[in-house]
Amino acid sequence: MTSERDTILRVRDLSVDIPVPSGTLHAVRNVDLSAIRGRTLAIVGESGCGKTMTALAVMRLLPGRARLRAREIGLEGTDLRSLSDKAFSAIRGNRMAMIFQDPMTSLNPVYPIGDQLEEIHIRHRGSGRREARERAEYLLARVGIVNPGTRLRQFPHQLSGGLRQRIMIAMALMCDPALIVADEPTTALDVTVQAQVLHLLKDLQAEFDMALILITHDLGIVARIADRIAVMYAGRIVETGSSRQIFAAPTHPYTQGLIDCIPYPGKTERRTALGSIPGIVPSLVGDAPGCMFRNRCAMAEERCRDGGNVERSVEDGHSYRCVHPVERLRGTMVPS
Amino acid sequence: MGRFFVQRLGVAVLVAITVSIIGFALLRVSGDLAADLAGEDATPAEIAEIAALYGLDRPLHEQYLTWAADALGGDLGQSLFTNEPVMDLILERVGVTILLSVYSLVLALGIAIPLGVLAAIRANTSIDRAALGVAVFGQAIPNFWFGLILIYLFGVLLRWLPISGSSSFAHFILPTVALGTAVMPALMRLTRTGMLEVLEADFIRTARAKGLRPGAVFFKHALRNAVLPVVSLSAVSLGFLLGGSVIVETVFALNGIGLLAYESILRSDFPVVQSILVFVSLAYIVLTLASDLINARLDPRIRLG
Ligand SMILES: Nc1ncnc2c1ncn2[C@@H]1O[C@H](COP(=O)(O)OP(=O)(O)OP(=O)(O)O)[C@@H](O)[C@H]1O
Ligand SMILES: [Mg+2]
Repeated sequence: MTSERDTILRVRDLSVDIPVPSGTLHAVRNVDLSAIRGRTLAIVGESGCGKTMTALAVMRLLPGRARLRAREIGLEGTDLRSLSDKAFSAIRGNRMAMIFQDPMTSLNPVYPIGDQLEEIHIRHRGSGRREARERAEYLLARVGIVNPGTRLRQFPHQLSGGLRQRIMIAMALMCDPALIVADEPTTALDVTVQAQVLHLLKDLQAEFDMALILITHDLGIVARIADRIAVMYAGRIVETGSSRQIFAAPTHPYTQGLIDCIPYPGKTERRTALGSIPGIVPSLVGDAPGCMFRNRCAMAEERCRDGGNVERSVEDGHSYRCVHPVERLRGTMVPS
Repeated sequence: MGRFFVQRLGVAVLVAITVSIIGFALLRVSGDLAADLAGEDATPAEIAEIAALYGLDRPLHEQYLTWAADALGGDLGQSLFTNEPVMDLILERVGVTILLSVYSLVLALGIAIPLGVLAAIRANTSIDRAALGVAVFGQAIPNFWFGLILIYLFGVLLRWLPISGSSSFAHFILPTVALGTAVMPALMRLTRTGMLEVLEADFIRTARAKGLRPGAVFFKHALRNAVLPVVSLSAVSLGFLLGGSVIVETVFALNGIGLLAYESILRSDFPVVQSILVFVSLAYIVLTLASDLINARLDPRIRLG
């Protein structure tokens, strides 16, 4: 059981609306999340389903036009919604840190790496240059960079993508945060480097005893890494459960589709179309009652038009949003 | 850095030579100098005599080489009007123009950069619109007219500031305001556009995610990236000010190089005109070189390739 103390982040009923010329884009709808010390929560879903917006909402980094609503966003017992921007910025980079998708553009091209790491420590710990440099050097070594002293004096354009993402990870660790949000940290990297970076994150999480939220569109990579998984579709979490529950008993048709898309060496030919579920994500603009997945779902029925967003429980800690009962979805029992 | 500098310097020297040749040739083909000098009712014989006296009868390339060799040795010839050495004439006047230009650029940048940053940070608010209003005003108002208004307000009506001459810092205030107002708008707009673009960059989101204070995000992380084109435009503006402040120099009776050029053109004093032309082009070249070097200092991608 996890105690209240170990729940680092608790988000309840988070929605993000973005005004667009054609109306209101509901990027995130009624999302609940929690991140637990020493554990990894993976948020999985196709491109455009609201993963990044969810993360940015938690970090208060949403684009200016976006509007956020939430019943609760609590970090280590503090209600982040009540904080002024100034008070919030004292927490960001300090108690919670974010790693972005594209390491090539996420570092400032005109300052040396060292400066960009040290300024975080100086800002939040009030430390001097020397102390900050020692911390930066220690962390660069810790994320597997050789010659950290030399690297600190280099500029981003002199480093490879893999190195830069390691630096982004070191950056996130500068102040020993309780929570790290990693938004597709390996998507922009070479396949060979991806696994290394993920393992590094996992190791560091254990060492620093942090909660990790790992955002990815690749369900394949989360199997070994995530403790819990939240599957997002069109701004909603459609299924959530432990990693074991999701892989052993995927319930929502969308989750099943995602799992079917994972290529298995030697088995791929038995699966459906490799890599993607047929059909397209519906527009997120305007009010759309009913299940957003119904236009791509083999089980869609008339009642999916206005139902399907009620949460149903499979078992303890495992729930989904679909009008169909578990038995129907699994195809194990035929009720009528 | 060393190689970068040598490359840029090499290019600058080539440009300087080209400009002096073109300037020289243009002046010679723009009319018959000997005839101009000899006066309206001179006989062909008199014209030929004058041409021989100033070497105008020799082939153009010979004339250029002679002039260039002398110029390199510091001899720019003599004014046809006052017979003073051109070098002395220019040195006498150039200080005023340089001071006025530098003051004007400093004033323009001192307003353009903070205002441009503010307009970008508060884009599409009333602050942004007010900044745009200031820019439109500066661009639209002719600077001789603005100069006259300043003279009337602060010189004649309020009697706060001297309105002509160049003997003290106070004399430079009104002309500096007039010229600074003219070059400020473009610099302000460029700062604003640059900032708006940079504020969208991923690394700015990173800076925010690090919890840095707004001052550090805007001024440390954004401005240094946004200011690169502003440096280049500043160099061009300064070159423009050095060569183009004829009107303001006239309005405020500042004895600078613009005024000298204007007078010399009217008098067909070609050694002076030629030398000012080369001086202004050299100033442009040196300034461009300087802005390249400053940008290389500011941006390691230029410096380190
Ligand atoms: N600045 C913006 N203005 C308007 N709409 C936006 C903006 N940013 C994102 N969106 C929209 O919000 C929705 C959610 O986007 P989000 O970036 O969270 O998706 P994502 O799940 O992170 O996808 P990806 O895997 O491509 O990163 C998308 O429909 C997107 O088009
Ligand atoms: Mg994303």
